[in-house]
Amino acid sequence: MNWYGIKAIYIHEMERFRRTLFQSLASPIITTSLYFVVFGSAIGSRITEIDGINYGSYIVPGMIMLTILTQSISNASFAFYFPRFTNTIYEILAAPLSSFEIVLGFVGAAASKSLIIGCVIILTANFFVDVRIDHPLLMMFFLILTSITFALFGFIIGMYAEGFEGLQIIPILIITPLVFLGGSFYSINMLPEFWQKISLLNPVLYLISGFRYSFYEVSDVSLLTSTLTILTILIGCIIFITYTFSKGYRIKD
Amino acid sequence: MKNILEINNVTKFYKNSVKALENVNLNIKEGEIFALLGPNGAGKSTLINSICGIVNFNTGTIKINNMDIVKNYRTTRKITGIVPQELNLESFETVWNNVNYSRGLFGKKTDHNYIEKLLKQLSLWDKKDNKIKELSGGMKRRVLIAKALSHQPKLLFLDEPTASVDVELRKDMWDVVKKLNKDGVTIILTTHYIEEAEELSDRVAVINDGKIILVDEKDKLIKKLGEKTIKIELFESVEKINGNLSKYNFTLDQTNKIISHTYNLNSNTTDITELLNDVKKDGYKIKDINTEQSSLEEIFIKLIQENNNELVRN
Repeated sequence: MNWYGIKAIYIHEMERFRRTLFQSLASPIITTSLYFVVFGSAIGSRITEIDGINYGSYIVPGMIMLTILTQSISNASFAFYFPRFTNTIYEILAAPLSSFEIVLGFVGAAASKSLIIGCVIILTANFFVDVRIDHPLLMMFFLILTSITFALFGFIIGMYAEGFEGLQIIPILIITPLVFLGGSFYSINMLPEFWQKISLLNPVLYLISGFRYSFYEVSDVSLLTSTLTILTILIGCIIFITYTFSKGYRIKD
Repeated sequence: MKNILEINNVTKFYKNSVKALENVNLNIKEGEIFALLGPNGAGKSTLINSICGIVNFNTGTIKINNMDIVKNYRTTRKITGIVPQELNLESFETVWNNVNYSRGLFGKKTDHNYIEKLLKQLSLWDKKDNKIKELSGGMKRRVLIAKALSHQPKLLFLDEPTASVDVELRKDMWDVVKKLNKDGVTIILTTHYIEEAEELSDRVAVINDGKIILVDEKDKLIKKLGEKTIKIELFESVEKINGNLSKYNFTLDQTNKIISHTYNLNSNTTDITELLNDVKKDGYKIKDINTEQSSLEEIFIKLIQENNNELVRN
């Protein structure tokens, strides 16, 4: 293993995060606060509790998941697309690094940034509502696994994007709607039966449900289904990246 | 001297079926400076990028130090460095971070003493904390060289190293290349400048349309290429060529005021003195004189056209 090479990519990416620390942290903190004001105060005054949990507290895992998903994707996609855009990718490709090592460096950094932001959101949420974590290890398991999985997904976007606008299409048009419709701010039990069934087709629902279970021991679907879902997406991303790298498609034309 | 690089029957197609390299065979000896020449789009960069692992080639083998670059990519890439043609750098990073980053990528432990020495050698030390965007084009070119040398390679590829660089800096670059070669680094460079190939290289290859059409020692090749043109501008136009000037095979421009005469630098004698005397004897007053040397690319295009015509005739 080229550990120095992996470390170089990781530190290089984390350095970019440090340089833009204010923007990186200010945006999720402000967004989280706004969600609490809008959802917590406006809707929370009408829906006091879901599954015995205060509404403000209930939406915390969903908000964290929304941020983790979007941040992981955007960090990893930008991190890999940027050297492609500036052509500085030549030295990564010319270096004695395997595909796995390149992915580990980029995805590791993107997932780390998301985890930091996720922790900041948990702290921010504490200023507005009581946040209880019944299963901290399970919570970390979901947090880390989701960060890695969606950083891998972002890496794929970074490999295929034709321009900066291409980096935004999937997060805006697919991920954000899936998170909003995946029970971030409500329980699917509150929906009519038909929409409950439709919601079960949304993979993000399983992530949010499993993650919420680690906080309050309440969930829309079983913990096992949630775990299997995230692992399936993870394995799918790994297979896809391995195949793309082995063919050199869009990287080593 | 043993071969540090061996290229055998390498072919590369791009995805739109454009053939970039066709059965390329080339051996590079350890310790030499080798110039790869050819017109734009000939396949120079594709060949370098294939050797360095930046693009995948379709068929053939490439060996560095007798090791296959695909099977033994970790070992072969550790001793290879590349300076790209374009100024591909991260604008918001400092020189110091940029160069240390490259060293890390190539699997080398941080060595601040070596990087300091390298930056001093390339006159970059006082710019080490500057961001890349604050540097001039020449300085950026030096940063690219520093990055390529950060892991102490034995085989260095320089893709148009002095493109868009002023004359003074070009000479500095040549000194850097010579010093590196003296320190034991084998260098392969692509260039359009005949002076560069003359000044630096031991051997030269010409590539055209993805094929190597000529590999020769520099001195032999220069004899074939050393044509120069003298342009003599007159105050009055030449109405009719007669008298002493009729024995020369020169051309006139549209105004009939500029005489262009081509001669070979490598012949034992040139007839320039005689021509100037005859211009004077025929009663013309000289306004200005200048000489032009064809760029290597132009000369090679001519060679290549001759080569193509010969193939058609045969």
